[in-house]
Amino acid sequence: MSILVNKDTKVIVQGFTGKEGTFHAEQCMAYGTKIVGGVTPGKGGQEHLGQPVFNTVAEAVASTGATVSMIFVPPAFVSDAVMEAADAGIALAVIITEGAPVKDMMFAKAYAVKKDMMTIGPNCPGIITAEECKIGIMPGFIFKKGNVGLISKSGTLTYESANQVVKEGFGITTAVGIGGDPIIGLSYKQLLPMFEADPETHAIVMIGEIGGDLEIQAAAYIKEHITKPVVAFIAGQTAPAGKRMGHAGAIISGSAGTAQEKMAALEAAGVRVVVSPADIGKALAEVMKK
Amino acid sequence: MNIHEYQAKELFKKYNVPTLRGHIVFTPDEAVKAAQELGGNIWVVKAQIHAGGRGLGGGVKLARSTTEVRSMAAEILGMQLVTHQTGPEGKLVQKVYIEEGADIKKEYYLGLLLDRALEMPIMMASTEGGMAIEDVAHNTPEKIIKVAIDPLTGFQSFHGRKLAFGLGLEVSEINTFIKFASALYRVYMDHDAEMIEINPLVKTGDGKFLALDAKMGFDNNALYRQDQVREMRDLSEEEPTEIEADKYGLSYIKLDGNVGCMVNGAGLAMGTMDTINYEGGKPANFLDVGGSASAETVAKGFDIILKDPNVKAIFVNIFGGIVRCDRVANGIIEATKITNVNVPVIVRLDGTNAIEAAEILKNAGIANIVAATDLADGARKAVAAAKGE
Repeated sequence: MSILVNKDTKVIVQGFTGKEGTFHAEQCMAYGTKIVGGVTPGKGGQEHLGQPVFNTVAEAVASTGATVSMIFVPPAFVSDAVMEAADAGIALAVIITEGAPVKDMMFAKAYAVKKDMMTIGPNCPGIITAEECKIGIMPGFIFKKGNVGLISKSGTLTYESANQVVKEGFGITTAVGIGGDPIIGLSYKQLLPMFEADPETHAIVMIGEIGGDLEIQAAAYIKEHITKPVVAFIAGQTAPAGKRMGHAGAIISGSAGTAQEKMAALEAAGVRVVVSPADIGKALAEVMKK
Repeated sequence: MNIHEYQAKELFKKYNVPTLRGHIVFTPDEAVKAAQELGGNIWVVKAQIHAGGRGLGGGVKLARSTTEVRSMAAEILGMQLVTHQTGPEGKLVQKVYIEEGADIKKEYYLGLLLDRALEMPIMMASTEGGMAIEDVAHNTPEKIIKVAIDPLTGFQSFHGRKLAFGLGLEVSEINTFIKFASALYRVYMDHDAEMIEINPLVKTGDGKFLALDAKMGFDNNALYRQDQVREMRDLSEEEPTEIEADKYGLSYIKLDGNVGCMVNGAGLAMGTMDTINYEGGKPANFLDVGGSASAETVAKGFDIILKDPNVKAIFVNIFGGIVRCDRVANGIIEATKITNVNVPVIVRLDGTNAIEAAEILKNAGIANIVAATDLADGARKAVAAAKGE
């Protein structure tokens, strides 16, 4: 078991024939992901990486039965691509693109919600169910199959955490990189219940960072609803206020959104919070023993 | 990206958000000319820097004659203005805004920003004009009225009524206020702003509303389609090393420690700073070298980190995913040939081809490059090296 995606998930790629889309679609296919086609307006009817190219998402869905779209279009076209996917009845859009304007995402997300389409990202590494299905840009080999669910705002910290989990002798069910932009799709609060319901997942690692209050919402949710052990790390304890730390959403505004307040909220919810990201694996091993 | 008060007011004027008349000037002579042109017998001389709290720091002064305009402009121009947002070193004032006086009856606060939890803009108003809104939010949160504006409906009159009644405005003033707030929402949306703050918003003796101050910040991701805003960028208000890093696709922020950091990925870069702190050291910077970590970007990263004389050691922490560690290792060796690195460099490469990378570094035999096995080991070694151990 896993959450959201597995070996049977049919995936199309929006921005299929572009440089990034091509490179990563190929990597995903090599991992075992069922990429069943792609969309590049104007290139419909062609074949790319052995799969059909369509002019529209609607045609791609009708012809392939895909339920997930991996989006690689340039930032200026992201909202259009997301809305097209929602309009075509896609169930989950994984938005890899970095740099989409916040206003665009505000409209795109609102429309996706209206159309009952889930989104992941933007500006994220994607989602991977270990040894079954990789939809994104993460190095697949790190994610050995196991019993730990992973939710992270950061790409490389996802890899770092997964690597530590594996080194401790455990593995991953599904890892979701949710992205660090001000407006994102699925977040902790939506993903935690999925991991709670997944019988294969025995523990959850969540990686947060400064800015916004998604981790605070997660803490409140965990306190009420999550029975599985959770290990958390919040990046940016040493970040200065008012500075954007790489991710568009990683900024302490005034005195709100600090790592310290998030860590305190999670601790109060019974989460095992580590101060150093080097201790994620060790902390997980400890909670798994209990 | 942020802009100056006078620039924000230019945008306001185009959307009929009422402001006072004023001129931007660079010398005391120009200040006097500006005051004469504006007329009247009272003027405000306002320092233009990208920071709040200018009034308390002595950067905003009321002049009652052109002689005063001259002396005040002379005093403010060239000063290092220190406010709660500038840090102790303050910011050099290079231009002042000369504005006509106003008949102020009451001061309010009005702001617009993205509510990340609601995923839509919220407009906030308060009767506590002129005070820092963070303090009002902390001490008397009931004095802040908020309305969320669904982008699908846009700003409607009911949003304005809710704010106006909440502020206790007279019925006769409500329509004027709604017009003001509605125009402000258009300024916000049309320019991809991430924040507008008017503090204070004033009501004049004749029942009009005016933006006495104006602060605006913008979504950097949208600047490509905001020509007018992009032209307002004032590079002298930004950190020169951060601008230079940006040119090479590096994201750099200077901090005050002595352990330099070079990391791929923003989250891991913050996590690396935190680990250094945890191990008893202090990070000198945040630096995300991005996905490729090529010899050129690594060399540029070294250059930028070493511009800070406090740096006593550098911790290179790369988790190779798509980018292979052996290539990064070669990049680091190349980089030490391109640029002179005279402090210990602790290198931790993990992920794809990490073992080959360790071999490459070992065989290169560069005296000041020290290999680390994992994140904690690297941080410990870097902290020790910075302490001269």
